[in-house]
Amino acid sequence: MIFNKQILLLTSLLIFAAASILFSLLSGSVDITLAEIAGSILSSESNLNSQVLQEIRIPRTLAAFVTGGLLALSGAIMQVLLRNPLADPYILGISGGAAVGALSAILLGASGFWLSNAAFAGALLSIFLVFGIANQFGDWSVTRLLLTGVVVSAGWGAVINILLTTSSTNNVQSMLFWLMGDLSQSRVNLAHYLLLIVGLAGGLLLSRSLNVLIRGELLAVSLGVNVQALRLLLFFSASVFTATAVTIAGSVGFVGLIIPHMLRLLGARDHRLLIPSCILLGGSFLVIADSLARTIVAPQQLPVGVVTAVIGVPAFILILRSTIRK
Amino acid sequence: MATLQISSLTLEVANRTLCRDLNVQIQPNESWCLLGRNGAGKTTLLHSLIRQRVIDEGSVLLDGKNIADLKQRELARKIGILFQQGIEALPATVFETVMLGRHPHLQSLLLDNEKDIEIAEQALAIFELGSLKERPVDTLSGGELQRLALALLLAQTPEIFLLDEPSNHLDVAFQIKLLTVLTDKVREASASLIMATHDINLASRFCDNIILLLEGGEALVGKCSDVLTEENLSKAYGCPIQSVHSGEHRLFYPA
Repeated sequence: MIFNKQILLLTSLLIFAAASILFSLLSGSVDITLAEIAGSILSSESNLNSQVLQEIRIPRTLAAFVTGGLLALSGAIMQVLLRNPLADPYILGISGGAAVGALSAILLGASGFWLSNAAFAGALLSIFLVFGIANQFGDWSVTRLLLTGVVVSAGWGAVINILLTTSSTNNVQSMLFWLMGDLSQSRVNLAHYLLLIVGLAGGLLLSRSLNVLIRGELLAVSLGVNVQALRLLLFFSASVFTATAVTIAGSVGFVGLIIPHMLRLLGARDHRLLIPSCILLGGSFLVIADSLARTIVAPQQLPVGVVTAVIGVPAFILILRSTIRK
Repeated sequence: MATLQISSLTLEVANRTLCRDLNVQIQPNESWCLLGRNGAGKTTLLHSLIRQRVIDEGSVLLDGKNIADLKQRELARKIGILFQQGIEALPATVFETVMLGRHPHLQSLLLDNEKDIEIAEQALAIFELGSLKERPVDTLSGGELQRLALALLLAQTPEIFLLDEPSNHLDVAFQIKLLTVLTDKVREASASLIMATHDINLASRFCDNIILLLEGGEALVGKCSDVLTEENLSKAYGCPIQSVHSGEHRLFYPA
């Protein structure tokens, strides 16, 4: 009975994911038909439309899916680790560090490869800074980790503001796009897919322990969970997922906070279901948001982070209200 | 069945000695109560037995093996605990919660195995929670939550049951009923039980042996019939305690 409900949710999410990817491939300034999509994937014929698909839409769609999946996964993990419903992938300052890296790179005129690397380096710096401070006495508590993360975040925020206020108008435009999350330059490679798959497999392996840990540290210890080791693993894996996501697309908001909550409200509290669902819904959600971001005010593009908020907030409120009424 | 050997155990909190050189051997089929004043170290002692707290000196051996050398999961298969603060009221169902008790035993990674489900459902039935199976935990009353915590512990099927204030949130009728059910189950499984409580009468009714924590880290260990005396209790609680006989029970009360 319960089993069937789980299958139903996962199947719906899979269909939704496929539909969102198709929607993304179909939307854009050049009209491309379903037949052309099939043709372009199946044969190696090269025409303008298949070029648009192969070089622009497919890579961007996949980048959106991977980013959304990583963010939602990281959000779900952070919420267990910190046992705080407000936790999101960015709460421990990872995006702040990445932003400082990325904005500095923009200031220095870098783009593409160097911009990504600077963002990733900033994220890593932030992860070790936060953990190093929280862990100073060889023993770290979740509260100290959270407080350290919030303070370091605030510090990065100040640096970001300095960079924004002292940069030229041209740079500020790119910086704002990065800060709100933007997929127009995003590409993913094999390593990104592997990371997402490792995240899914690892998340499933740990899902039962996550179910116990979210109910409290004491209970988890008494039920045989090695809490210290698990928390360390959760902190670093969620951090790497977040760092990778912001490196791909900048700090896209709301996905990591709202997707896990939405799924929990829909009944996926068990992490065996929540982990794969997060990846599917997080991915689909960002794919749709990005399709809208590049079509709503075409030929102009909106930062995808604006769209995630515009869809995410009302959708979340709707689900929250409907579950309360039950 | 497991034997727990507490050897020369010393526990300290903020330079205060809770117990010094404590030696207790807990055999299968034994029931022990743990009495002492507020802050005497009852909870700390129980937590040290599941490695939730560092042992300052001495050792705890489970079937001859130091618990410090066991994996957390191995320990959880042998020793289970009911926490003083019970179960947190979160939006999970009663069944999902009682299934957590099977965590140390689970074999399959993703699907729940029939046997685990059966054990969990039995535990719910024993504590009269069968009809609440699909209810979210955050809609339960205090007493229902405490029964759920007991069901979770029973589903864990440990060989040593640690109970920290098991009578919390329970009315008098449920205190007697649930502890009777639980002690019966413990006996059926040839398990053993250690119960920390403030209720001297509940302790003397359900336990044969006692660890009575005194001021300054001293402790009296032995049979309830020997240790549970007006004199010892008055000393332990720092207030005069007297007793009366009523039927088969001996009742203690503050004078």
